[in-house]
Amino acid sequence: MSYFRAHVLVCAGTPCMLKGAGAVKDALCREIERAGLQEEIRVVETGCLGPCDDGPVIVVYPEGVMYSKLKPEDMAHIVQQHLLKGRVVENLVYRAEKEKAKSVVSLEKKGYLDRQYRIVLRNCGRINPDSIEEYIANGGYEALGKALTAMTPEQVVATVKDSGLRGRGGAGFPTGLKWSFTAPIDADQKYIICNADEGEPGTFKDRLILEGDPHSIIEAMAIAGYAVGADQGIVYIRGEYNLSIERLQRAAARAREMGLLGKDIFGTGFNFDVQIRTGAGAYVCGEETALIESLEGKRGEPRLKPPYPGVAGLWGRPTVVNNVETLANIPPIILKGAEWFRGIGTERTPGTKVFTMLGDIANQGLIEVPMGITLREVIYGVGGGIPNGRGFKLAQTGGTSGGCLPKEFLDLPMDYDTLAEAGSALGSGALLVIDDSHCIVDVLRSFMKFFQHESCGQCTPCREGTFRLYELFSTLAAGEAGQDDVKLIKELCQAMQLSSLCGLGQSAPNGVVTAFQYFEDEILRHAAGECPAGVCRNLSAGTRAV
Amino acid sequence: MPVKSSTEPKKSLSQVIAEHNSDPGALLDILRDAQEIHGYLSTAVMEEVADQLDIPVSRVYGVATFYTLLATEPKGKYIIRVCESPPCHIRGAVNILETLKEVLGVNPGETTEDKKFTLELTSCLGVCGVAPAMMIGDQVYGNLTPERVKEILKTYE
Repeated sequence: MSYFRAHVLVCAGTPCMLKGAGAVKDALCREIERAGLQEEIRVVETGCLGPCDDGPVIVVYPEGVMYSKLKPEDMAHIVQQHLLKGRVVENLVYRAEKEKAKSVVSLEKKGYLDRQYRIVLRNCGRINPDSIEEYIANGGYEALGKALTAMTPEQVVATVKDSGLRGRGGAGFPTGLKWSFTAPIDADQKYIICNADEGEPGTFKDRLILEGDPHSIIEAMAIAGYAVGADQGIVYIRGEYNLSIERLQRAAARAREMGLLGKDIFGTGFNFDVQIRTGAGAYVCGEETALIESLEGKRGEPRLKPPYPGVAGLWGRPTVVNNVETLANIPPIILKGAEWFRGIGTERTPGTKVFTMLGDIANQGLIEVPMGITLREVIYGVGGGIPNGRGFKLAQTGGTSGGCLPKEFLDLPMDYDTLAEAGSALGSGALLVIDDSHCIVDVLRSFMKFFQHESCGQCTPCREGTFRLYELFSTLAAGEAGQDDVKLIKELCQAMQLSSLCGLGQSAPNGVVTAFQYFEDEILRHAAGECPAGVCRNLSAGTRAV
Repeated sequence: MPVKSSTEPKKSLSQVIAEHNSDPGALLDILRDAQEIHGYLSTAVMEEVADQLDIPVSRVYGVATFYTLLATEPKGKYIIRVCESPPCHIRGAVNILETLKEVLGVNPGETTEDKKFTLELTSCLGVCGVAPAMMIGDQVYGNLTPERVKEILKTYE
């Protein structure tokens, strides 16, 4: 292997590719060749680097300087100045670190990544996701080796249990506990399913993990398989995630070639293989029993629980279903131990969380921060505040099924329990920031439009409830609703929360319920023919700002 | 669905089903493959699948109509999916939809007269960092403005 004095990582995540990262990379390679540096500088396509709003983005190592908003014509300058002469091209440096870019700055220490702590995203943007060698060189498959050769399955389950890791798909159920239900069952076949059917609006963390570090998921699934006694793994992934599907397939094939999947892994007699199955567009399939139904070739309608999948899942066999982000935490926990993991985050929820910051926020994109960080730190710190001189109106945590939190909650530490107590949810980590130019009724109408489309139709409270709520909010926005309708909305929400079959219907009204707690006045004024934010076209604009 | 290049020989439905060992558990994958072959899942196609897998047609129809990526009606050459989830909504997805409706002269769920475009609405595409967004075929477009939508449509002419 030849020695390269510098590596340039080009972000090939979907947002950057949409902004022309392909042309930037081509120009970069051309300029490197023109300068005769092709033997010294290596260009690597990598997974998402995070600041998606400022793409295309590249990072030059060993210095770790990040350049953003690049155009192909900038490449000649970067190659001439930085790669040839060692001078950072300051006007192209990513803006969150620009002030500090007097000399060479490090990606890890400055600006954007200041408050971040990367466990899940440890390799994203650092290695070539298509190279198993780079993954291994960064400690990849070491945890699997350690588990298989130096630990019993019981010890693996105990370590994950002691770490306090909780499911990152949304519900926050303790992962070790989940494994401990399945492990002791005597069955002819058990399954590990990786839930990559990421559909919560505003969430794209799993896609970026899979695009940026597919091997970490394959390794974690094999560890889970060893822990609970399963020899088959299935990744159920959204049909729309073309790049993730391709990279996962390539990663699994390479792992198989190197004997890290298949028969007799590490000569220990342990067998495990992974297959990749794609969904066909149904939000409800993110619910674990609906996902299993879909894998069995049926409509994705949730099952009644119990029995839980851990006891009777795919084809009636014990099945562990874990989210992508949950699994990405497993190899570091096995390598560094439960104590290390418990030292990060909060006592009730150790570890980190990957958030996607969206909406009216200066730095949109992906971050990984310790659990317990406050909304204020995320929005005004890493997120760079609210653009266009607008004020903060609300933040919806946990995606569209989460609640709407007003500014009084900005200092709330974010973990599963505190957010649930506030009527919202940590959920999948989507953080939608909405500024004061928006109308709460219009926003809620958009939430309900989503749910009435995605309700699977199996149980009445959800099927009819989501439909009627959307209808009621449309009437409110059109100025055709009265006080009775407002009362009906509240009753419907309660009925859905109490009697829906699965989490979709139970959590669909969260946004509405919290809006009634914190923005009731604004909703009621719609029933009186007034839209204070001036968004609903048929209503008169309010006399005072909301 | 991706448009298959004409040089690649199309498999027959029986071949696809045989590849999946006539397993009803693989119904979703079989229907996706069948759709690639025939463009959409007609009643005749669904009946043949049901027949070969030895399951009721109602089950095939139930699955085919449950998932948004499966179609039981013929579609245009390109399917335009406009994201209308809340993150795109608050970044102005409504204007994008209005522009598409105006330029194409169709409502969501409809196909243009020349069978070129089908306009659809979709839930979150997972590219919220570049909202508002849409997909045309397999290609994702982000940071849309009404002007950019018009330019993009021109590239499909």
